[in-house]
Formats: sequence, C-alpha cells, structure tokens
Amino acid sequence: MKRIGWLAVVPFIGMFAGPVFHNSVTPFIFGMPFILAWIVLWVLISSAVMALIYRLDPAAGETES
Amino acid sequence: MMIALVLIGLSALLALGIGIQARSGHEMGLEQWTVGGRGFGAALVFLLLAGEIYTTFTFLGASGYAYGLGAPAYYILAYGTLAYIISYFMLPAVWSYARRHALVSQPDFFAKKYDSPALGVLVALVGVVALVPYLVLQFTGLGVIVQAASYGAIPKGVAVVIGATVVTLYVVISGIRGSAWTSIIKDTLIILVVLFLGIYLPLHYEGGIGAMFAAVDKAKPGFLAFAATGKSVSWFVSTVMLTALGFFMWPHSFGACYSAKNAAVFRKNAILLPLYQLVLLFVFFVGFTAALVVPGLKGAATNMALLKITVAAFPPWVVGIVGATGVLTALVPGSLILMCAATLFSRNFVAVLRPQTDEQTVKLAKLLVPVVAVIGAYFAIAGSDTIVALLLMGYSFVTQLFPALICSLLARNPVTKAGAFAGIVAGVGTVIYFTMSAETLAKLAPTWPEWLRDLNVGTVALLVNVVVMVGVSAVTARARVVEKALP
Repeated sequence: MKRIGWLAVVPFIGMFAGPVFHNSVTPFIFGMPFILAWIVLWVLISSAVMALIYRLDPAAGETES
Repeated sequence: MMIALVLIGLSALLALGIGIQARSGHEMGLEQWTVGGRGFGAALVFLLLAGEIYTTFTFLGASGYAYGLGAPAYYILAYGTLAYIISYFMLPAVWSYARRHALVSQPDFFAKKYDSPALGVLVALVGVVALVPYLVLQFTGLGVIVQAASYGAIPKGVAVVIGATVVTLYVVISGIRGSAWTSIIKDTLIILVVLFLGIYLPLHYEGGIGAMFAAVDKAKPGFLAFAATGKSVSWFVSTVMLTALGFFMWPHSFGACYSAKNAAVFRKNAILLPLYQLVLLFVFFVGFTAALVVPGLKGAATNMALLKITVAAFPPWVVGIVGATGVLTALVPGSLILMCAATLFSRNFVAVLRPQTDEQTVKLAKLLVPVVAVIGAYFAIAGSDTIVALLLMGYSFVTQLFPALICSLLARNPVTKAGAFAGIVAGVGTVIYFTMSAETLAKLAPTWPEWLRDLNVGTVALLVNVVVMVGVSAVTARARVVEKALP
C-alpha cells in the first residue's frame, strides 16, 4: 500500500468517533438525530477521501492490478 | 387488490424477458454463465457490486429494522461505506490474480493461493452455508410482498413458494448477464420509489422529516440513539467492522468482481458507491414514519412495515408499483445467490471429489438450482427471523474467510495452508456454537464489562479464527523449516 493509502484509515476513525463519544439524539442536524446525521456526514467525507486518494495514487488508473 | 398483483406479476415477466434477451448471442458456457466472459465495464460491475445495496434487505429489512429497533438500523448506512474503502485496496489484487489464473469462483482463489484443493472445498462449504440465510431473506421478502399486495388473500407459505419458483426460473434462463441488465431497471425503480416514499410519507403524516423525527423522539425517548445495553455503541462498532470486512467475502460478490474488464474499475467505484447508498437514508425515513403511523408490529412482522404504511397511505395501483419494485429487489440478488450456491457446490465440491468436464459442471449446477431453492423456501416458511437478523447470521459465517484471504494478498504470506484451514474451521465452529445454542456473550459472561458483552458474536468468532490461524501457522511453518533442514 502506498503511503497515501493510509489516509483511508480516517473514515474508520471518524465513523465510529461520533457514536462512541456522543451517543445522543440531540442536537438534531438538518432535522435528523445527531448520530444519523454524523454517519451521513462521514459517508460524504469517505467519498471525498477516496477521491483524493484516487487523484494522488499514481497506480490508481492502472488497469492491470 | 387485483391491480396490485397484476403489476407485480408483470414485473416478474419483464425480468424473465430481459433475462432471455440478455443471453442471446452468448454461448452459455461456464465462464459466460457465471462471470459474463470477464467483459463487464465499470457501469455493469458497479451495478453488480451495488447489487447488495438495493436488495430486499434494504428495502424491507432496513425499514423494518428502523421501525422495530430504531438507532441500530444506522449500522446499515455505515458498513457499506467502509467496505467500499477496503475494496479500493483489496479487489484490484483479487481481480488480477483471478484473471491471471482464469479462476471462476471464490474457492478457486483460496485453493490456488494456498495450493490446497481441500481449502477450496472448505471455503465452498462455508460459502454455501452462509448463502442459505441470505437466500432465505430474499424469499422472506418476496413472501411478504405477495402477501401484502394480495391484501392478505395469499398466505405466507404460498407466497414464498411463488417467489421461489420465479427466482428459480429466472436463474436457469438467464445467468449473470440477465442479472446485470435487470439491475439497471431495479435500481432505477427502487431509487424513485424510495425517494418518493421517504419524502412524501413524513411530509404527509407529520409535516416534514424534521417534524417526524421530533415526533418519534417524543413518542419513544431514546429510540433514535443507541441503548446503554444490548444493541449498544459497542454492538454498533463491532457489527459495522464485521460486516465491512465480510462485505466482499460473499461468494457471489467475490465472484462478481471477476466479471470486471480491468482493475481500475474498482477504484473508481470506491468513490461513487458510498454516495450511491445514501438513498438508504430515505428507507429509514419510511421506517421511522411507519413506527408512528402503523405501530404494533413485533419481531419478524416488522419486515412488513414499509408495505403496511404503503397500503395504509395509497390506492392499490401504487401498492402494485412498490410491490413490483420489491419483487425485482429480491429477484436479482436472489438469482445471483442461487446460481452461486449451485455453482459452488457443483464446481468446488462435487467436481473436486469426482472430476467432471465443464459441461457436466454447468449441467449439475443447473440441476442443483431448484434443490437449493426448495431448501431456502423451506427455511423462509418455517423461520421467524427479521430480515436483518438473517443477513447478520450469514455475515458471521462469511467474514471468517477474511483473515486468510487478506493474508494471501501479502507479498510474503505468513499464513500456511494448515493455518488458514484451522482458522476458518475454528471461526465457523464458534459461530455455529453460538447460533445453535442461542448463547450470547451477555449470558456466558455476566460479569464482563458491558461493552465486551455487547460485542457482535461474529467478531468474537473472528478473534478465535485469527488466534488459531496465527498459532497453527507458526507451528506448521516451523515444522516445514525443520523438515527442510534435515538431510
């Protein structure tokens, strides 16, 4: 795994941090309970992180492996 | 009532028609039937890999889980995202190795990597065992749809048998190409239906999504966050990890990735697939609204939540469209699972024990399809599990393949074939023990701290698996070194 690949650890930490440190219904964000909104946020961030890795990974476009 | 059933019947016929269309021009040999001749571009692979996002599991299962349990349903949004991140790094390596060695199935991969046909047989068996609850949940979903769309006139047993028959016909006729093309229609329909229901229902009944959540929080305090015990935060974290690691260990998903044209396909998909599954959010909205509007369903009956609120809110023709969508969400994955289980058994079990030609393998696989369907239908009728519980059971099994697989991708694999074999056996054995005895950690170890007791038992089995795998590998690797050192 290239060094940039380690960035992929961030979504794992982020996704779990919300429920672990603030397991609560409030505050409501965009009408959604806090934890649900937190997970949605991290789905978006995950996609952005993978796009970043894809851009910076020199092997990303390689078709062989 | 008739109009709903007619629409559902038409959708099944349409899917069969597409299946017949898709096979024309392709000789249905083993490679065509199972991996589409390895010629699928990003779009088709995307749909096959996304196949799991929009199945009966999400449509009826996720809404029912949100309805019945509340916050625990959130895990469904989290695990897919993390699985796609893993896939960025894992699937290109799997794909290129599979292509280099012309592999067709998941057990082929393990057998080749570890140079052990016996390991291949074990992986095939684990795969088939894990696929059964997955198939059962698709049939359960089909049964629920036919039952609801007939407004109760068709009983559950008959509904499941009808569903199983249609899936069987579909598999025998179309193979993987039909599934890929039907996926396009299925995903379009389900996105439209889910967005519509998820926006309209909260608006219609509660005045909006925010107002709906506020009402749920008022009616059921704490329902929208994790409980302190049971399905707690620790359950959430362990379940998400288990299912994210296991996501691509399903024999049909693993096999579907062979159908890609090249390796870059997976990396691009890892960016888009997390966004694609956000539609799930609207499935939750439907489930939570149903908890307010049509309360009272318990246990396995929560599978009905989405359809029950649809029946309450709309005229029969809308129920028909929603039901037709549900049929497709069960048909496509159901057919992939059935085909996969039959092929695994024929190619990686029977053919290893008693060598046969490729034609014989395909023939036997097609004969096995109805047999597997009957087993699935039996459990769907006899069982009383929620759809999500069924999938989680399958995940506990299938994730046991992950440690041996990921180690085999390392440049220098420290795991020996004996280590891989023993690890998988120990992990699966642990899962079987917990499933059969209905034991939980909370009961076994009442004095442990709460977060340990709430762990998903699948992760405990995974830990046993890794410990055994490492231990046996260390012993057998040393034995090998000693053997070599002897004159």
